[in-house]
Amino acid sequence: MKNLWQTALAALLLCAGLNPASGAEPIKIGSFLAVTGPASFLGDPELKTLQMYVEDLNAKGGVKGRKLELIHYDTGGNAKDAVSFVKRLIKNDNVDLIIGGTTTGDTLAVIPDVEKEGIPFISLAGAVDIIEPVKKWVFKTPHTDRMAVAKIYEDLRKRGLTKVAIITGDGGFDKSGREQLLKLAPQYGITIVADESYGNKDTDMTAQLTKIRATDAQAIINFGLGQAPAIVTKNIKQLGITLPLYQSHGVASKTFIDLAGDAAEGARLPAAALVVAEQLPDTDPQKPVLLAYKNKYEAKHGPVSTFGGHAYDGLMIAVAAIQQAGGTDKAKVRDEIEKTQGFIGTAGVFNTTPQDHMGLTVDAFKLVEIRNGSWKIVQ
Amino acid sequence: MLEQFFQFLVTGVTVGSLYALVGLGFALIYNASDVVNFAQGEFVMLGAMTAIALLGAGLPLPLAAIAATLAAILVGLLLERFAIEPAQGASVVTTIIITIGAAIFLRGVALLLWGKDFHALPSFSGDAPIHLGGATVLPQSLWVLGVTVLLVGLVRAFFNHTLLGKALLACSFNRAAAQLVGINVRVMLRLAYGLSAGLGAIAGILIAPITFSSYEAGVMLGLKGFSAAIVGGIGNPMGAVAGGVLLGLLEALGAGLISSGYKDAIAFLFVLMVLFFEPAGLFGRKVAERV
Amino acid sequence: MRLAGFYTFAAVVALLPMLFPTNYFVTVVGASAGLHVILAVGLNLLMGYAGQISLGHAAFFGMGAYASAILTTRFGWPSLLALAAGLLVAGAIAWLLARPILRLRGHYLAMATLGFGIIVHVVMVQATRWTGGPDGLAGVPPLNLLGWAVEGDLQWYGVIMAAMLLAVWLSLNLVDSQFGRALRAVHGSEFAAQMMGIDIGRAKTQVFVVSALFAAFAGSLFAHQQAFVSPDSFNLIVSVELVTMVVLGGMASTFGAACGAIALTLLHQGLVVFEDYEMVIHGALLMAVMIFLPQGLFVGLSQGARRLWATVPRKP
Repeated sequence: MKNLWQTALAALLLCAGLNPASGAEPIKIGSFLAVTGPASFLGDPELKTLQMYVEDLNAKGGVKGRKLELIHYDTGGNAKDAVSFVKRLIKNDNVDLIIGGTTTGDTLAVIPDVEKEGIPFISLAGAVDIIEPVKKWVFKTPHTDRMAVAKIYEDLRKRGLTKVAIITGDGGFDKSGREQLLKLAPQYGITIVADESYGNKDTDMTAQLTKIRATDAQAIINFGLGQAPAIVTKNIKQLGITLPLYQSHGVASKTFIDLAGDAAEGARLPAAALVVAEQLPDTDPQKPVLLAYKNKYEAKHGPVSTFGGHAYDGLMIAVAAIQQAGGTDKAKVRDEIEKTQGFIGTAGVFNTTPQDHMGLTVDAFKLVEIRNGSWKIVQ
Repeated sequence: MLEQFFQFLVTGVTVGSLYALVGLGFALIYNASDVVNFAQGEFVMLGAMTAIALLGAGLPLPLAAIAATLAAILVGLLLERFAIEPAQGASVVTTIIITIGAAIFLRGVALLLWGKDFHALPSFSGDAPIHLGGATVLPQSLWVLGVTVLLVGLVRAFFNHTLLGKALLACSFNRAAAQLVGINVRVMLRLAYGLSAGLGAIAGILIAPITFSSYEAGVMLGLKGFSAAIVGGIGNPMGAVAGGVLLGLLEALGAGLISSGYKDAIAFLFVLMVLFFEPAGLFGRKVAERV
Repeated sequence: MRLAGFYTFAAVVALLPMLFPTNYFVTVVGASAGLHVILAVGLNLLMGYAGQISLGHAAFFGMGAYASAILTTRFGWPSLLALAAGLLVAGAIAWLLARPILRLRGHYLAMATLGFGIIVHVVMVQATRWTGGPDGLAGVPPLNLLGWAVEGDLQWYGVIMAAMLLAVWLSLNLVDSQFGRALRAVHGSEFAAQMMGIDIGRAKTQVFVVSALFAAFAGSLFAHQQAFVSPDSFNLIVSVELVTMVVLGGMASTFGAACGAIALTLLHQGLVVFEDYEMVIHGALLMAVMIFLPQGLFVGLSQGARRLWATVPRKP
């Protein structure tokens, strides 16, 4: 009901030729994240990060003298809800820009509305399809799955391994990872000898892994999110398979190591530098940014994951763009986001261009190995 | 190839016994009240999550497990007293929606209490795999298998050989008649909810080291447990176990021999076929419908 | 007079966008509620009148949506033809399935429909080449009604509401027809219905097909309105939600089902602001309504109102 009156009032003010966006008006940042549901371990740290830094920026006097206001809706990872909440953000809450879309499905579903309404949108989802082909209003901060696959394949090449078995889940992240694995394999001279899948809520993958054991694979790659990769890892050990195991950046959180336990030892995966911040040389320009974020997050919410870092990057890029644009004019903010150069975030150094709406390169990823229950950079 | 097939069978039985254990709880409540309790999966989750939390608080594992089971029984009793009992006389579908509401509610409570992270319980007897011929099995799976067999035996003995069990069964056959012969139907219902919540919790604690747990873990387990109970013929504890093992085998063989992506579809297609030819499940009691 | 309720409903639906043409809760949430009403009213024919439960109704909803999405994006079919194809596919599958599946009773029927829903969902996820997999299929063109491309939330509100009113009108008429009476007889007692000379198998098949057609129709509209389809809009949770709508509003009442659909849609939008508390409140509300109004919101409240009216002292 309150919203009804607000809408009516806003309409009245507009009719009278009054501009409601005076200097004291807060900058409204809209967000829609999968805080519950199967992708909650992504969405939850993202939301916590946004809330923490919005509070922090406001304590420092806001942006351009205006306070930030975060309006957030939980999609539960459901694309249908994502569409309706993005409409709500745009039409009902009149937000100035949107940071969100935890999953690729959520993000792809809202792109038509975002493009039609013309509002800057920074996505926190992985798939390369989000920015290829380039969409005018859509940006993203996480590394793409293609980069993750490239990083893994580079390492395989270094180790002289050419035959791999892949096993992936049935979620969006998993499937689009699988697609990239199949697509990039020929470029790196890799043959995929087994291509298995599982349901993300399955409790046992030994049947699939038994099939893999019977092939002549030299390594196993698992693309998945949540608890399933931990089960895969445990099942591999159970079956006595000793092949090198590669995981995706989707498991770059302490939870994975806790769940998989000893079985995770020796597994390798591409991950943002955040998980190995302390091990970076002091000369690395990313180090202070990473440590600052990590300490701030862990002081309040416990173990940090790389996923919250994507929200940090998105928010900071947006704030910088608003500062450059001198206000919240949507077209100007969009142009400034596109001009982001040398921004040091948690995922790497961003150099966005009109052709590249992410702006990260493959070396933004570090290849890490799990050793003694912790992450080690593979040199 | 034979070795591979043997592993599929072993996998199928271990996964199946997990479904069977959850399915037992469904059978119990159904026996007493003719209602399928859609919050059964949440009892499983509550057992696992409470045990994990208590263990984290420093309790030894056996004590944490017992306390978690008691906690779940309490929740079961509360659910019966404050949600099922006031709606007495409501249609079966209405009662089902109440249990769906209860499931959402319990999930929400778990979310507030324990957050959204996945948690693991340590295995009872280590993680060193046991070799059976060419196949391997985790010691924890043997725990699940053993306890399932034990619980089925107990449940069966309870229904067949104790007065209380027979009274409970009588309530489901004909509530009015049961009342007439002096059975306190209300007490029986509470008993059924308490027992099946306890069964669910035990299942949850046993399988948490294998499957991990989170506030949403009950959804999938509830679905598989429900399927197991129905395929076997709902209301028959032995049937629930047979249904669970069958479902597990179908999934493992489907994934191993046909297609891992379509294994759930294969399993449910088979379930449909079973129902088309055995419309009351494999071991269901065939009751003539009253006209 | 029989359709007085219908005309009041139609008037409210038509008036709302005139009063609030840009309001999100009218044009966007309203349109979403409209689709839910079509689904719930269709499912109510099966559940409320014929007494057959279905835990797989989202599958038919999905068939309509995917038929429209795939045929228009991959084969360039005109949207109306794709809609018709979707209806045909869903109707045919429902017809094939009806006889064996509706022989089952109670929880076995619930299980079979649930299994069917899961199979269809697995296909949507796995048949990536056709369906786009878990991330779905984007770029569904706007609905083209003989040259008029439906675009924008207000136009969509109009189209969906027109479709919804059609569905409600159809349902009201079906229920009052000979077909409706046959259904209710089947619900009351299959044996007695048979004695009266009703072909039970045929009646059940017909209602199953009709309710699948309602769902597929809503699905086609949904695909065009969202310009996007993905499997998570058609999973088991959605099927359960649909059943909840019917029961929550009140079974065996067209307006009851409609009322349940609208209530649940609004509830979801309203509760989202509670963030982590959303689930607890949602579950508690659902339980409370079903405990205190076991016949559903609409039926329960309207009976209550009638009773209250009867107690009002009137002048002689």
